[in-house]
Formats: sequence, C-alpha cells, structure tokens
Amino acid sequence: MAPLFRFFEVVICTVLLLGATSALAQDHAAGDHNHDSGHHSDVHQRDVQEGDHQSHSQSEDHGDQDHHAGHDDHNHDGHEHDGHDEHAHDEEFVAGTFIIHHIADAHDIHLFGDVHIPLPIILYIEGHGLKVFMSSAFEGHGHGDKSYEAEGLAYTMHAEDGTTDGDTPVVAGQITATSGGEAVTVYDFSITKSVFGMLLILALMVWMFLGVAGYYKKNPGQAPKGMANALEPLIIFVRDEIAKPSIGDKADKFMPFLLTVFFFIFFCNLLGLVPFLGGFNITGTIGVTVVLATLVFFLTNLNGNKHYWGHIFWPHGVPLPVKFILVPIEVFSIIMKPAVLMIRLTANISAGHIIILAFTSLIFIFGDGGNAVGAGSGMGVFSTAFMIFMYFLELLVAFLQAFVFTLLAAIYFGDATHDPAHH
Amino acid sequence: MGALLTPALGTVVWASIAFLVVLFVLKRFAWGPILKALNDREESIAGALNEAEKVRKEMAELAASNESQLQEARAERDRMLREAREIADQMVADAKNKAREAADKEVASAKDAIAIERKAAVAELKAEVGNLSLDIAERLLREKLESTDEQKALVNRLIDESPLN
Repeated sequence: MAPLFRFFEVVICTVLLLGATSALAQDHAAGDHNHDSGHHSDVHQRDVQEGDHQSHSQSEDHGDQDHHAGHDDHNHDGHEHDGHDEHAHDEEFVAGTFIIHHIADAHDIHLFGDVHIPLPIILYIEGHGLKVFMSSAFEGHGHGDKSYEAEGLAYTMHAEDGTTDGDTPVVAGQITATSGGEAVTVYDFSITKSVFGMLLILALMVWMFLGVAGYYKKNPGQAPKGMANALEPLIIFVRDEIAKPSIGDKADKFMPFLLTVFFFIFFCNLLGLVPFLGGFNITGTIGVTVVLATLVFFLTNLNGNKHYWGHIFWPHGVPLPVKFILVPIEVFSIIMKPAVLMIRLTANISAGHIIILAFTSLIFIFGDGGNAVGAGSGMGVFSTAFMIFMYFLELLVAFLQAFVFTLLAAIYFGDATHDPAHH
Repeated sequence: MGALLTPALGTVVWASIAFLVVLFVLKRFAWGPILKALNDREESIAGALNEAEKVRKEMAELAASNESQLQEARAERDRMLREAREIADQMVADAKNKAREAADKEVASAKDAIAIERKAAVAELKAEVGNLSLDIAERLLREKLESTDEQKALVNRLIDESPLN
C-alpha cells in the first residue's frame, strides 16, 4: 500500500502544481485585462463608429460607470453582424476569473446558460434581525455585482474581491448591506451551493446507512445484498485497513467518526464530479474542510494520553538544548497536523476542478471569442480527450483523498491514544 | 481568490451543525448496529469454520478407527475360519482313524470267526466226507460184493491224503 500511496501523492502534487500554475497564469491574465479594459473599450467604440451601428449606445456607454454592464449592452446592441456570440471580443474571456468563479462557493446553483437554481439567503443583520429571502431576488445580469432592496435595506452581492464604498474589504460572493446609506454588519448564514450539497450528501448518508443498518437487523448473519453489499466492503476497508492498523485496540471508539468522515468526503468528492449539476466543490470549500479538521483536532487532543503529551512537552532521548527547539515545533504541530489535512483536501479537490475548467477555458482562448472557430474546435477535441483522462484521475482522487484524510486522522488518533507500556 | 481561502461563517456554522448531527445519528442508529452485525457475522463464520474443521478431524479419526476395527474383524474372522478348519480336519481325521480301527477290528474278528467256522466246517466236512465215503464204499460194496482189502485201504489212504484238512 505504501509505495502505491506515495506514487499517487506524487501524481497529485504534480496535478496541484499544474493547477496552481495555471491559476496564477490566469490571474496575471486577469490583471492585465483589468489594466487594459479602458483601452479595449475605446477600440470597441471606434469599431462601432466605423461600422456605423447605433451610435446612441456609445453615449450611454460614456455615462456608464460599470464596464460590465456597458459591455453587455454592446454585445446585444452593437454587434448584430456577430449575431449571438456572447464572448465576442469586446468582453474578453478571462480564464482565471472564469475558473475561480466556478470553483468558489455561490448563492445559487448554475446549471447551464442562464438557468440557475436559487438558494435561500439567510442573513442576520445587526439592528435589523434575521432576513430570509431567495437568491433570485437579487437583480443584475452576467457577472457584475447584484443588488436587492427590501425593508429599507440595500443588499449588494459582490462579484469580485475588492472593497465596498466604505472601504471595507470584501470577497467574491459576499453580501453586504446598507441601511439609509450606512453600512450595517451582516452575518451570512445562507444555504450556499456548498452548504446545500453538503446537506444533500449528509441526508443521503443518513438514508443509506440507516437502510443498511435496518437490513443487517432484519437479516442477521446473512450474506449482504443490495446497498449493504455495496457499502460493506468500504466499511470493512475503513475498519481493517485504516482504523485497526493505525489505532489498534482503541479503534472501535473512533470508528463512527472515521466512517462518517470517510463517506462524507468520498460522496462529496463524487458529487463534485457529476457534470451539469452545478459543479459542486464541497470538499474544496475551506469552510467545510476547516470543520472536519477542527473535529480531528479536538478528537486527537481530548483523547491524548500521558504519553502523547509527554512526547510533545518532554521528548525522551533528546539532549536538553534540542528540547528547546523540538518542543515549540511539537506544539506547533498540534495545530499544523489537522491544518495540513484541511489544506490537502481542499487543494486537491479544487485542483482537480481547476484542471478540468482550465482545459475548458483553453477552448475559448484558442477560439478567440468566435474569431478562430477552427483553432477552438481543434483545441476542443484535445481538451475533451484530456478532460476524459482527468475525470478518470479525479474518480481515483475522490476515493484517494477520502482515504488519505481518514487514514491520517486515524494515525493522529493512534498517536494520541497509543500506550507504549503495552508493547 | 479571497473567497476560496476564507472560511465563510455560514458554511462553518452549517457544516458544524449538520456534520455533528449526522455523526451522532449515524453513530447511534447506523454505525453501532452495522459494526456489531459485521462482527457477529464474522465471528459466526469463524466459529462455523472452526466447527467444520473440528468435525472434519473427528471424521478422519472415526474413519481411521473404523478401518482399524475392520482390520481386526477381518483378522478375527480369518483366525476363526482357520481354527474351524483345523478342528474340522482334526475331527475328520479322528473319525477316519476310529472307523479304520473299528473296521480293522471287525475284519479281524470276522477272520477269526471265519477261521473257526472253517475249522468246524472242515472237521464236519471231514466227518461227512468219511461217512460219505464209507456210505459210498458200503454201497459200492453192497452193489459189487467183491470188496477187497486193498480197495478199502486205498480209500482210507486217499481220504487221509486229501487236502481238506
């Protein structure tokens, strides 16, 4: 198992690096684009004048502070000869933004085109109490900021990282609110895409495993069938390959947590691979993995025995001066171990999505907004072939990351409860 | 990128609540019974296998003991048959001996009796033949009336020389 495991770690690190590189490259591209956006706009206006098309749109454009909205207008008004193409060269396709937008959490589930499944927005606003409404209430097209006003409160859903008018830093997807022009503090408890996916998976797990438990109660000592038969090998895998070798005698105590975490991560990873379902990225959402890592942290340290704490604060067989270096490192590792679990899972799953989205982006980049259909199609063939390969790899990663997270959590539990006197 | 690296408050809250609730529900109603059922089944399978192994050994032992019993029985039978045959042979031999002895005795006594009878018969015959000869001679004499002493002496001598004795 160990060499295989190491091999996949290498593969995954490579994938992660590739993903990170491409994301960085796209970020650069995005930055360049932002610098150039004014210029593009000018070029476009000249195009329109030369083409002698509906010059009134230019005057609107001059007055419009929002570039995005302006661009949208141009698409529909100014380029009738280009027809339907949304990605015409006035709104340049920026792969970095496209990818980040798709892997980041969202307030709705984007199926395809303009079809979105709205999700509930639940806000606690200081001084105004709890506000609940659907995300479809927000107005605004495309990729710009969206707004909604109700009960004297003006909500803004930010499209990109930046600052509000009051210079408060915001991140993409964040909702801020003002009351009579004054910014108010918003606590966002919305059912976002990731929360929705997570609840879906958890509900599925409850349904599946209660069913399996019922089956075993009804058929004691019988060979399993159906769902029980499908899940039993995985349950036994977690018990015999993960928990028992890592923890030993005390494995039973940690089995419920390990099983729940394993199946939760595995199913969430698989849901993220289902196409046309909004591209769930639950285990790539840091808010979810931080909870799992925190639980590992508490379970490890609350169960830590004398030997575990002794190892951290007074390592045996080490000269005194070295202890001064080692103890801070060990103390740091208490937090670092679960943090690494969190980062590994989030990064691996996000990296898989980034790779697939990057190859999708390549089609649009090569296609140059409809100006190079041949190049785009050629790239499409190549990208699709590679994406199929990536999907297979991601299926493996979906299982592997669930396995790695569970295994390392089990090893930490084992370290915390291991009693050297027994050996 | 900020949205990717900042844990959102709502997500953390929902994830904590939902995950913990599911963890406890599954622990109570799913993992416990499932793991127990799996353990029980594994134990029962292991027990059944052990039992089967034990029975197999017993069967092998039983077969071995059957075989040895069979061997013993066969040897016993052979011995008994041999003994029976020996006894029968003995009996036959004895009977033959006895019969031969009895027959010999009979034959001997018969011979004795025959010899005695013969002697008696011969004596009787002698007397008879004497008388008969005398009769014959008397008749001869009566008929021929010319008896001579030589003739009489000749008859006596002839009778004496006859091998009837």
